[in-house]
Amino acid sequence: MTRALLLVERNLMIYRYTWAMLAAEVLEPVLYLLSIGVGVGALVGSVPGLDDPGITYAQFVAPALLATAAMNGAMNETSFGAFFKLRFERTYDTMVTTPLTVRDIALGETAWALLRGAFASGGFLAIVAVLGYARSPWILLAVPGAAVVGFAFAAAGLAVATFLRNTHDFQLIQLVMLPMFLFATTFFPVSVYPRPVQVFVECLPLYHAIQLLREPALGHVGLALLPSLAYLLAFGALSLVIALPRLRRALLA
Amino acid sequence: MNLLALREFSYWMVHYRRSWRGTIVVNVLNPLLFLLAMGAGLGRLVDRHTAPDTLHGVAFLAFFAPGLLAAATMQNAVTVSTGSVFMAARPGGSYRNATAGPLDTDDVLAGHMLFMAFRIATSALCFVVALLCFPSLRTIGLLWLVPAALLTGLAFAAPLAAWSATLETRQPMNNVFRFVIMPMYMFSGVFFPVDQIPVVLRAVVYATPLWHGTELCRGIFLGNASQAAVLGHTAYLAALTVLGLALARRTYRRRLFA
Repeated sequence: MTRALLLVERNLMIYRYTWAMLAAEVLEPVLYLLSIGVGVGALVGSVPGLDDPGITYAQFVAPALLATAAMNGAMNETSFGAFFKLRFERTYDTMVTTPLTVRDIALGETAWALLRGAFASGGFLAIVAVLGYARSPWILLAVPGAAVVGFAFAAAGLAVATFLRNTHDFQLIQLVMLPMFLFATTFFPVSVYPRPVQVFVECLPLYHAIQLLREPALGHVGLALLPSLAYLLAFGALSLVIALPRLRRALLA
Repeated sequence: MNLLALREFSYWMVHYRRSWRGTIVVNVLNPLLFLLAMGAGLGRLVDRHTAPDTLHGVAFLAFFAPGLLAAATMQNAVTVSTGSVFMAARPGGSYRNATAGPLDTDDVLAGHMLFMAFRIATSALCFVVALLCFPSLRTIGLLWLVPAALLTGLAFAAPLAAWSATLETRQPMNNVFRFVIMPMYMFSGVFFPVDQIPVVLRAVVYATPLWHGTELCRGIFLGNASQAAVLGHTAYLAALTVLGLALARRTYRRRLFA
């Protein structure tokens, strides 16, 4: 495990030169929050289907944007990043000739993406609080929550990276990520859908990521969070189980 | 422009033949998904609460759709005018190969711009086809959206091509995308009316080409724009295009004959 941390350290060193990327990761959800949460929020008024009509639209959207930011940060890092390191830069090929194992690489990349997700969401959270869109102090649970979301999607991204054939396949990722971003209750509650669609939405990983962050942010903390937590942990673990043998084949076979 | 420019155009078309299917799918699906989620989904929440007067007298979907076209066109224009120009203008890039033959830098520029215009116009056409999925949006104004979007796109593509030809690394392009294009996307009146923005910041919004593009597309689509407004937005976008082209002639010549 300590060897996996070496990979985290390596990524951290490289990040000194690409800090603008991290700044952008914090900025993007802030822009969405101000434009859609506040701007369109003024047109929306209160959100239907919530028990407390005092919740403003911006307060409703903010935790979902946080979940999305954690997802995108982690997923971009492993899916696009790992693909380039695997196929173009051949970074991993170099690494496996050192004492690092394929498992160390997978765990290190996941840990790094998780760290990045948590960092980006911490920054976003601070801005949300300053702007006054935090509803409940429980929103602080969003930081560990975002780390879990980061883990789940980092692992998923790593698994996806082993399936990509070329850069055109990136579009296929977008084809899944964009609809998920738009429809997994980021901008409106699940109650706007007819029941069969609701069931489908409730199966999406981003839906659970948003639940895990939104419920505490709106002041609901309880056992109802456990299914979402379990879903995300299982999703991440399963992704790693898929990714590891495929990475091993790609690097050592 | 002369016939040699068409050779440069055909070079890009040959490239594009390999990837056009993917771009068409993305160009139709992306706006469709956004329109469904934001226009129809979020729009239901908006229409319960907000009177149409705030939104030019129409439902949120009809307000949002032409704005989204302008914004999506900007994104397409940025995509086709930055990375490919940068790669082609670099030592060893395709511009170098072209100008080593009978083509002049102006031919290369004209041919590539023609290809960009082709991509912007076809993407806008795809968008308009996607709009047909929504019965409430099938109006006569749809036809005029394509030229309006093309002009909006060129107002971005020409200056960005001029700039991309001067770059040594990719980093500045990413920064422009994140810190200029993205904020413009969110605050130029695409998602909500700009009169919600504080007065001081609104002056900045009025200066952005996307605001002019959004107003032009929306005014034409809803058919409620005054002639003076349409002329004004058109003139602004056309001026930016011409300025961009003039700059590009210089930067291309400098970069390729330096």
